[in-house]
Amino acid sequence: MCTVCGCGTATQEGDQKPGEAPKEAKAHSHSHAHGDHDHDHDHDHHHHHDHDHHHGPDHDHAHDHDHSHAHAAEEKIDFGAGLAGVHVPGLSQERIVRIERDILSKNRSYAEQNRALFAQKGVLALNFVSSPGSGKTSLLVRAIEDLKSRHAIAVIEGDQQTSNDAERIRATGVKAIQVNTGKGCHLDAHMVGHALETLDLPDNALMFIENVGNLVCPAAFDLGEAHKVVLLSTTEGEDKPAKYPDMFAAADLMLLNKSDLLPHLDFNVGECIGHALRVNPHLQTLVVSAKTGEGLAAFYAWVETRAALARQKAAKNKAG
Amino acid sequence: MHEMSLTEGVVEIFREEARKQGFSRVKTVWLEIGALSAVDPSAMEFCFDAATRGTLAEGARLEIICTPGQGWCLDCEKTVPLEERFGACPECGRSHVQMTGGDEMRVRELEVE
Repeated sequence: MCTVCGCGTATQEGDQKPGEAPKEAKAHSHSHAHGDHDHDHDHDHHHHHDHDHHHGPDHDHAHDHDHSHAHAAEEKIDFGAGLAGVHVPGLSQERIVRIERDILSKNRSYAEQNRALFAQKGVLALNFVSSPGSGKTSLLVRAIEDLKSRHAIAVIEGDQQTSNDAERIRATGVKAIQVNTGKGCHLDAHMVGHALETLDLPDNALMFIENVGNLVCPAAFDLGEAHKVVLLSTTEGEDKPAKYPDMFAAADLMLLNKSDLLPHLDFNVGECIGHALRVNPHLQTLVVSAKTGEGLAAFYAWVETRAALARQKAAKNKAG
Repeated sequence: MHEMSLTEGVVEIFREEARKQGFSRVKTVWLEIGALSAVDPSAMEFCFDAATRGTLAEGARLEIICTPGQGWCLDCEKTVPLEERFGACPECGRSHVQMTGGDEMRVRELEVE
């Protein structure tokens, strides 16, 4: 079971073709060896600080329970820390422990591991988010066709079910891993970490992660990507950025897709971008069409300059 | 419904803390949920029972502490209450407000034994 999302049914599928037996055992999502793996999937991926409260020595909890709990990872279990302040064998020790942990801290620690891996390999990772049907997969297929001669590319596809999208990506000749989230409405960093183990990411690659089509939940889950890229299509409402602000606030780039349909629609591009900028003044926006290729040159420039920076940084770190 | 995922994350925090701090049952949980966070407290309550079943927190009481939304209005140059994440300043009506509080999602304390 995934620690963050709890989606017991999340599966991940390798690169075997339909009708063919799985080529490698590692196509299974949870088959790798962890140090302290206990099969309940609460293994710790060596995260560095899983305890992030910052109590100074002077903290006194304004509390009516007189609790003197043990509260750092290194500290010992304190049997005298019960409400009564003593340990009586055979009696239960009720006590209050101060936790102060962010609910998303676990996901964040997985995300940091993914981010470190990307940085080390000089990989630019982009997390594509949108509502279902905005054209994420079509855009990726087109971008891969146009960029694959210049860059190594790998793709992680997130969907609740089916591997249709990964098959569409594989038809372009690049490696794609499908992650089925089952009940889950988003990819989390833990699932992406598993997919990365299977993917064997080449150095300096472009890593495209296509999130589950959902404008709400994926906003909250950092996957370790460099940027979230949000797609909105002209067949949706102009005010979607106002209706679903979290996603547009979390993204660095908005692609307004299906521009080829604009002549047939009453879609006001300026108004739409205005809504988005009110939510996120730093958002960059491009109007594109995955079908006609309009605007994609600008998107590729955006991607390639950032890929060059990622590559340079990794090379510098290796040399230094 | 990512509240289910988040609740599973909370249970995972219980397991880790139980190992570190040596307790075997969680009896009460205090969760701090900001008014501007991506969590609906009632959905969290709904999921909590299901997510804790069969765990060390089965049957535990859930107390949600709601913290109010707060922002810094760039025009008024002061802290103002914020009703929604990208809402307008209640005093000047402009939406140049940067959120400064109310997006917390934290496990604050546990009553354990």
